Formats: sequence, C-alpha cells, structure tokens
Amino acid sequence: MDYENIESAKYTFENEYIFCVIGGANPISVSVPTNTNNTDYNKLMEMVADGDLTIAEAV
Amino acid sequence: MSDIKIQPSATGSGTVTITAPTTNTARVITLPDSAGTLLDENSSVPSANLTGTVADARISALTASKLTGDLPAISGVNVTNVHAVNSGRKNMVINGAMKVAQRGPSFTGNTSGNRFTADRFKAQIGSAGTFTFDNSSTAPEGFSNSSHMNCTTAFSVASGTYLLFSQDFEGQDLQQAAYGTASAKQMTVSFWCRATKTGSLSVVIRQEDASQRMFSKNVTINTANTWEKKSVVIPADTGGTINNDSGKGLQIAWWVNGGSTYGGGSEQTTWGAQTHTNKYTGTLNIGASTADNFYLTGVQLELGSTATNFEHRSFGEELALCQRYYEIVADNSESTNTDVCYVGGGYSYKSDQINWHYTFAVKKRASFTLEATTGTNYYKASLHGETILDTAVGMTAAYQPLNGVHGYITGSYSGSTIGKAWLFMLNVSGAKIAVSAEL
Repeated sequence: MDYENIESAKYTFENEYIFCVIGGANPISVSVPTNTNNTDYNKLMEMVADGDLTIAEAV
Repeated sequence: MSDIKIQPSATGSGTVTITAPTTNTARVITLPDSAGTLLDENSSVPSANLTGTVADARISALTASKLTGDLPAISGVNVTNVHAVNSGRKNMVINGAMKVAQRGPSFTGNTSGNRFTADRFKAQIGSAGTFTFDNSSTAPEGFSNSSHMNCTTAFSVASGTYLLFSQDFEGQDLQQAAYGTASAKQMTVSFWCRATKTGSLSVVIRQEDASQRMFSKNVTINTANTWEKKSVVIPADTGGTINNDSGKGLQIAWWVNGGSTYGGGSEQTTWGAQTHTNKYTGTLNIGASTADNFYLTGVQLELGSTATNFEHRSFGEELALCQRYYEIVADNSESTNTDVCYVGGGYSYKSDQINWHYTFAVKKRASFTLEATTGTNYYKASLHGETILDTAVGMTAAYQPLNGVHGYITGSYSGSTIGKAWLFMLNVSGAKIAVSAEL
C-alpha cells in the first residue's frame, strides 16, 4: 500500500473499515479493516499518531 | 581311480597338519577341478570368480579406487546410518527465485516507501534519490528472475537514508530453529547478488517478537557486474523469541546503503539488542551514481551452518505460497477478453449498493486489505442487457472470513431493486482488484 500518496481517508461501515483514496500515476481505492492484525491498519494508526494523516468520521 | 600325492616342501621345515573337525559327522572336501592355490587371508580373488550371492562381505577398508562404475540401486529402507542432510522442504524463504511478481513487473520514480519487486520481497527506500524497482530477467545460471534496483537520480547520503530489500517471515514457519530454547539451531541464509560495482552490503536479521533483537554481517561483492553466491551463518539464539503464530517472527534485510541513523557502527555478529547504527556498515553505497544497480535472487534460509544448493520450486507452488499474503481477485489485463473480466456473483443490497463475492484460491494469513484501481466505468454489474457502471469498489463490513471477500459498488443506480441478482465484472483494461494480508 502506497502510504505516501493517500489523498483522503474515512471510516466506513460503523468504523469497521477505513476507505482510502490513493493518488499517483495509477489511483486506487483501499479498504483497510480496523483490525490490529492488519499491517496497513497499524501503519495508518502510526501516521495518525504522527500527525501525518487525518481520518474522517463515518457519514 | 586317481592318485593322492602329498609332497613335502624342498626348502620349508614347517609341519603340515590336517585336523579333523570336532563333530561326529563325516566331512568330505572336494578340491576344485583346476590347478591353483587354496585361499587364505592374503589371497586375491579374481573379480570374474565373484559370482552368486555374497551373504556377508566383511570389507574393512573400502577406498574410492575400489568403487568404479555405477552403484546398484539400493532401497531406501536398506540405507541406514547415513548422516542427515538438508533435503526436501529445507528453504524457509518464499519465492526466493523471484518467480512470482503479482504487483507488476516494474515501479518507476520511487523516492520513499515500499515496493514489492517480487512477491514477499520488498524494496524499501528513504532519502535515497530516485530508483526504479523491478522484477528483472537478469539472473544467474539456473534462475530466470531477480529483484532489481536501478538508480535514476543519484544522491548524497543523509542521516536518515535507507535502501534495502527485505523479506518477513511468519513466526510459526520458523519454529524448527527453536529460538529461545537450549536447543536453538543455527541457520544459514544464502543468496545470489550482483552489482555494478564492488563493495560490501550488510545482511541484517531481526526478531520481531524479541524487541527487534538483531544480528548483522557484511558480505563482499568482489567483482562488478558478476553474479556471486554469498552465504551468512546465523548463530543459534538461546535468548531469542519467535512466537508460534501468524505474526512477523523474523526479517532478513539486504542493506545496500544507509545514513548515520542506520550506519557508522560495526557488524553485530552475535545476537543482541537492536542497534540501528549497526545495520548498514558496508561500503557498497548503491545510489552514489545513476550507474548503480543491484540485483538479488536465489535466496534460501535453511537450518544448519552449510549453504546447500538452492531448493527450486515450481511456479504454481510459489504462487500458492505467495497468495497467502497477496492475491489478485481479478485483473483485466490478464483477461483474454479485454472487454470484461468476471469477478463473481452479486446482488442489490440496497437501491444504491450492489454487493459481490469472491472466494480466494488461498486462505489469507490475517485480516486483509482490499485494493482496487479506480477510473471511469472501471466496474460493471450486468444482467440480461441491464448494466450498472461505477468507478470504484470497496469492501463491506459483513462476510469477511479469511477465505473470501465481500465487496460492493455504490452510487445512484437505476434498476437496483433490493435482492436483484447481478454478475459483477471488471469493465475496462486497467481495472484490477487485489487483497493484501502482508506481514
């Protein structure tokens, strides 16, 4: 997962997932489960703790 | 009737005695019908005379010169007292020959982050200029692929510079090393490498379950632009910890450049606490010039202190092993019909949401991430002439066992009556869905 090019992130489905839009030459969407066994989730939480990422609340 | 003649020696003085056996049975000795001397312990037997069955050959010193030609086939059950060798499934590395590269053959313009040049092999870069990372067809004899880094913008090393390849291992796959016990075993990592210049790289091993306990050793590339096989013996670690679970138990990394944060120390050739400055203590310094390239393949991790021949596995085997961590659900570029690439069945969950399901080829290691390219009309739900098009897919909260994925598309649809069945597919070239459960 290309963490450096995350354009937006928001919680979905009662906060069970984080839906990210990743830009760059080949944009992709990513659904990350809010589960500490998931490597991407742990990385996103590190980015939030470091102030490098804000995750929008679920609508 | 023949005569029996006993002739004494003209020179010897010893007495010849013929002794009867100590049984009550009469014995008859029939002499061979040819001239010669009877055998004793100093006699040689012509090989032509060795026929029939040898019940018990008492050979005390069998030298190689006495074994010429092919040995006969011997049943394995009759071969005993042979020292164990590292045979069979000895290689703990997945995709060590870099055959499988599901994420794409090449990534250009990398200045930071991670890229998988081959499945399970990650190129990592930080403050190290610009590189292309790719799965290369340049390889040593007996191999077809390698992980490759090619410098496209050279750089001056900063304190936080790092540049390396790495593979992470599940702890449950390394229990045979018995780390943390009195029976802890040595391991050996071997690999083929090639660089456009000479110098040393640093092999760094870390135990994730033991507060990043670490070992490092440099290996030297002696000749530029030449494939060389290297090996590093990893000491047994009675004080280490590798948990018996699906989490990260060990990492092997090949550092080819690093700044003062990760270098300037010395090789850490005994297991101990992680010391960042002991990670890159080499001299290879890939990235000092745009001419710099580095290749890696033939990676093997095995028990013992000997680097044995690489264990080659079929593409299908390696792919299945890799799919535990990353699997392509559907990729329109792999479809023979570029118009559509079927994913699976779907249904209208709501008027503005269509769910779809896909069952994996291999159960995933852990909770996984869904990745999908996005673009206009990339995805399609179709049914008897009815079509719904969308740009992106997501993963729903429901139904996510580790053996399949339940995804969705959502938008302002016409004709999406709740419960209506659809066939879900990729609609254009470039559309791709994958799941990742990497360590």
